[in-house]
Amino acid sequence: MTHSIANTPHPETAGAGPVLGVETSCDETGVAVYDVARGLLAHTLYSQIKMHADYGGVVPELASRDHVRKLLPLIRETLRSAGMTTRNLGGVAYTAGPGLVGALLVGAACARALAWALDVPAIGVHHMEGHLLAPMLEADPPQPPYVALLVSGGHSMLIEVSGIGRYRLLGDTLDDAAGEAFDKTAKLMGLPYPGGPALAKLAESGAAGRFKFSRPMTDRPGLDFSFSGLKTQVLLAYQANAGEPGVKADIARGFEEAIVDTLAIKCRRALAQTGARRLVIAGGVGANKRLRAQLAEAAEGEGFRVYFPRPEFCTDNGAMIALAGALRLQAGLHEDAAIKVAPRWDLESLAAV
Amino acid sequence: MSGRFKTELDEVELDEAGLVALAQRLAGRLEDGGVIHLRGDLGAGKTTFARALLGALGVGTRIKSPTYSLIESYEVRGLPIHHLDLYRIAAPEELEFLGLSDLAVARFLLLAEWPERGGDALPAPDLIVHLAHAGPRRRLRLESETARGARWLGILSGQTSG
Repeated sequence: MTHSIANTPHPETAGAGPVLGVETSCDETGVAVYDVARGLLAHTLYSQIKMHADYGGVVPELASRDHVRKLLPLIRETLRSAGMTTRNLGGVAYTAGPGLVGALLVGAACARALAWALDVPAIGVHHMEGHLLAPMLEADPPQPPYVALLVSGGHSMLIEVSGIGRYRLLGDTLDDAAGEAFDKTAKLMGLPYPGGPALAKLAESGAAGRFKFSRPMTDRPGLDFSFSGLKTQVLLAYQANAGEPGVKADIARGFEEAIVDTLAIKCRRALAQTGARRLVIAGGVGANKRLRAQLAEAAEGEGFRVYFPRPEFCTDNGAMIALAGALRLQAGLHEDAAIKVAPRWDLESLAAV
Repeated sequence: MSGRFKTELDEVELDEAGLVALAQRLAGRLEDGGVIHLRGDLGAGKTTFARALLGALGVGTRIKSPTYSLIESYEVRGLPIHHLDLYRIAAPEELEFLGLSDLAVARFLLLAEWPERGGDALPAPDLIVHLAHAGPRRRLRLESETARGARWLGILSGQTSG
């Protein structure tokens, strides 16, 4: 099922008009409208996790990655809040990969068909490119070259961005992602799913220094991460101290410091290695307060600048897909009239714009 | 410290190195593919076992956890390998999104963590690896479900007792 999606140049489609963006690569259904001249006009998200929390746990009916049922109402709502109809659209962008094949196909089929019916160009977008360009949705966007740290439940990557479509993977996780380490560690200590944010909250009341966990892979050169061993360290510490007062909070504090230190060390290393002076933080873990504070302090002390897109643009969303798609359509790229997805798709294989 | 592994139903206690060594020995028998289910609680060693096995098969050093992506796929010497983690699956119908039916070609290797969440939608196992916590060590029990699985176990037990 691995194939690349080659956007082909098509001068006539060098797009004018708002672009609809559709994201369905994993759990979230996201839809947005972005216009290169006017910026983001609307974006909506149907959050899976929110539903779980509202219903006090995982409800099978809701837990299914049911983009089919959510997508059309979400597109209608998004267009309504942008004050337009499908007739106003100049193009349609969708996440073509990487992701779950069934989930991707829902968005791709819907978006490609809509573009065909409207006779406007369609463009398949790489999900990670969406994350990398998401800071451009903010008022004061970073200019390339910059280094992006993408940390979420599914990713822990450092990427050098030297232009649109010009990405180099500097480091990746060898096992668990940072957000996954948060969620699983929380679960080991009995916090409800998804426990990452709860663990971070608990860490605020924990004592520093009682538990000291390792900073994995910082004792050797390189920009890769490894977080699975921390889970075991926490489990052993938790079992050895179970029942003692404040143990959960103190462990949470030690754990969070280990993760944040590790991420900060690697970010500074990546900046030194590339010579970039701008650092972008993306992904759900980018909302972590200690991470933000520590990187802001490092930036101040070492003279680089750090950009934190607002949390709704850090996690999976339709706005970043609409933006990336609009920029590619503007450059004259588009898809032929076929529904194609790429569950596995190398970020470094993208065409520069 | 590889434990005294005798038959498919014997339970052994291993440390992490022993668990890794066992997975590596099993990897040497998987050239024709098959289906392995990994059962056990969070942190019981399922991913450690899977990662050691995948590493020994030669998939490289970046072996990302499939917990969030649900599936990570590889190909080594023409053998398609799929590492599944169904922890986040709430109902077997969700497996439809993984396109498993497209993956099940004539010869493939499937490692599935949390297989109980996939129900009948998951291919039946040749081998079930049961893992449990035992302090800093892990308790491991292997159970074959098919002739192929029994053959793997026969080879493993012959190697470890000899």
